Amino acid sequence: MSYALTPFEAEVIERHDETPDLFSLQLRLTDATRQAQYRFVPGQFNMLYLPGMGEVPISIVSDPEDRHVINHTIRKVGSVTDNLGKLQVGDRLGLRGPYGRGWPIDAAEGTDLVVVTGGLGCAPSVSFIEYALRRQSRYGHIHIIQGVKHAHDFIWRERYELWRTYPDVDVWLTADTGDTLWPGKVGPVTQFFDQLSIAPQRTSVIMCGPEGMMNAVVRDMRQRNVPDTQIWLSMERNMHCAIGSCGRCQLGAKFVCRDGPVFNFAELAPYWGHKGV
Amino acid sequence: MYISRFLPRERFDDLIEALRAAGYPIVGPQVHDQAIVFDALNHAAQLPIGIVDEQSPGRYRLHASDTNRYFDWTTGPQALKPMTFVPRETLWRSVRQPDGQLEFSAEHADMPQTAVIGIRACDLAALAIQDRHFMHGPQSDPYYVQRRERLFLVAVNCMRSSDTCFCAATGDGPKVHTGQDLSLSELDEGFILEAHTGQAREILASLSIGPADDEQLDRAETGIKQAADNQRRSLPAGPLQEKLVGAVDHPHWQTLNDRCLTCGNCTAVCPTCFCQSHVEEISLNGQETRHDRQWESCFNPDHSYIHGIVIRAERPQRYRQWLTHKFGTWEEQFGRGGCTGCGRCIAWCPVGIDVTEELAAVCSPPTLTADSGGSPS
Ligand SMILES: Cc1cc2nc3c(=O)[nH]c(=O)nc-3n(C[C@H](O)[C@H](O)[C@H](O)COP(=O)(O)OP(=O)(O)OC[C@H]3O[C@@H](n4cnc5c(N)ncnc54)[C@H](O)[C@@H]3O)c2cc1C
Ligand code: SF4
Ligand code: SF4
Ligand code: SF4
Ligand code: FES
Repeated sequence: MSYALTPFEAEVIERHDETPDLFSLQLRLTDATRQAQYRFVPGQFNMLYLPGMGEVPISIVSDPEDRHVINHTIRKVGSVTDNLGKLQVGDRLGLRGPYGRGWPIDAAEGTDLVVVTGGLGCAPSVSFIEYALRRQSRYGHIHIIQGVKHAHDFIWRERYELWRTYPDVDVWLTADTGDTLWPGKVGPVTQFFDQLSIAPQRTSVIMCGPEGMMNAVVRDMRQRNVPDTQIWLSMERNMHCAIGSCGRCQLGAKFVCRDGPVFNFAELAPYWGHKGV
Repeated sequence: MYISRFLPRERFDDLIEALRAAGYPIVGPQVHDQAIVFDALNHAAQLPIGIVDEQSPGRYRLHASDTNRYFDWTTGPQALKPMTFVPRETLWRSVRQPDGQLEFSAEHADMPQTAVIGIRACDLAALAIQDRHFMHGPQSDPYYVQRRERLFLVAVNCMRSSDTCFCAATGDGPKVHTGQDLSLSELDEGFILEAHTGQAREILASLSIGPADDEQLDRAETGIKQAADNQRRSLPAGPLQEKLVGAVDHPHWQTLNDRCLTCGNCTAVCPTCFCQSHVEEISLNGQETRHDRQWESCFNPDHSYIHGIVIRAERPQRYRQWLTHKFGTWEEQFGRGGCTGCGRCIAWCPVGIDVTEELAAVCSPPTLTADSGGSPS
């Protein structure tokens, strides 16, 4: 009956401050049937709505098999996200989704994973890491590479330490600027690739972060002969409708909200590397 | 074969009456503020009788002609788009209850059945494109669909082109060939009418008029052919997506920096542009909000804003988006280019930028002049 653009009411079940400007919300649709029917793939996103403020696209980070809650990790950067950060347990907001095409959880099966994250708490790739770690038999070796600007930006240290303890998982950290306690390296994320013994045909690259960093990773992985169709990127563009109608998220012929936000490089290649496209 | 009937000029009001009797309020062309606009039409006397339009880059003027024709003008600034994809409308509302609960309710479009008289081939082709976007995509848009399904379209074959028209080059006109219920060709003595749908056949039958004769049909065809032959703008040989995407670094884009005002007029008048903004209106007590959508333009920096960055921050990048989308990437999205040759963006550009000229320039190899900065990359 209702058009897919009208949000549904959701309730904050739990909230957690990760850093002063990063927080996680556990949400549940108040309509129990709708919550039970809610299905998604890691890498997809919801539109979260605050009355009078507007809607913003936010990736889903919970596990798709957890039917009870929908988790988001959000950075406060402006009016909507700041106010989402003020929500308390029991508060109500609007939610519609899931939208878009998520990570290639099936296409990547049987391959080694190189998951590269630039910047802070990049939600889309974290959702894929958690997904793959719970289903390790489906994937090969998992290389997790995290780059941050400053060492003090690094969050979820315990989570990375935990991931490191899994068999067939390695974790590599780097910062543009380190400090004395920084456990990782200093420099670009690409510096580790020589040590990963990448088998190009059996590797899927999964990445999100600033386009400059993704560009460096793409260039490096192509030189190592990883096929374009196995290099996956999560893209960000302005979004208002999330269903391929409002035109705002266009990237060449692609509607990022509907055809993405996850693309393989072959799909983006015609548009890649040009300012203002 | 369609049966062609002849309606004498002095009986045009009978057609209006027949449409009204079939239950349609009628919208038709009229002169308002020195432009042709579509508005409620009650009788033939309101039509732009003996009016022709003079259009050229950056210029639109109406003049009296020496004929008494009703449809000798070509296009006004808008035709069907504001009726189906309206400039602003409410999608849904939210109300916060005293206990904190949020209630959402969808708004519904509610346009009565409407007959529109005077639609041209370029605008019907544009409507077919918007149908693909709003009705036949993965999610059909109920607001658009409601209005679209209520339209009864009386289209006109153009016997005259403006200087800015190039529908022959896009293959969309001047003869009407898609989406019309009834089509009309105007001769000095009256109108040749053709019914293309069952409802239109009933309306034609109710007029009890005779068939058009062969000589009249020939004159109409000649008139349409002349309208096509008089057009002088053309497009680079297509398809254009690869060419335009490949021309991303063409030095010609930079010349737009000093010419294009990024006012967005071209996107507002273009019958196929579909971009939107979704905006919030909040009630005085703060408990109720309205979620509206309105027309938006890729010439607006906010269109490509993501936190901290405007992706298309520079003017030439925004012009490039418009032209590359309209004539290029549209092909992958909709199976054809997004231009139907109506010429509006040329006439209504305040500085007279002509899409056909800009296209020709960016689809040609860069000329190596002293100030174009040497060899292209
Ligand atoms: C597919 C996708 C997934 C995302 N996932 C997350 C996530 O999991 N966690 C997270 O913290 N952030 C995520 N973002 C970014 C998040 O949407 C923006 O930070 C947010 O829209 C900023 O809104 P604001 O009102 O707080 O900030 P402002 O800077 O005031 O933004 C004003 C308006 O601009 C638009 N806008 C601004 N930045 C963006 C952006 N990056 N993408 C799209 N629209 C934008 C929105 O309409 C916003 O309301 C995601 C973006 C996309 C496209
Ligand atoms: S691009 Fe210009 S000429 Fe083509 S349909 Fe749009 S307004 Fe008309
Ligand atoms: S991106 Fe620009 S050219 Fe394309 S539909 Fe939107 S406003 Fe029109
Ligand atoms: S091309 Fe003309 S109408 Fe379009 S934005 Fe530039 S100045 Fe305005
Ligand atoms: S967000 Fe509206 S088209 Fe993608």
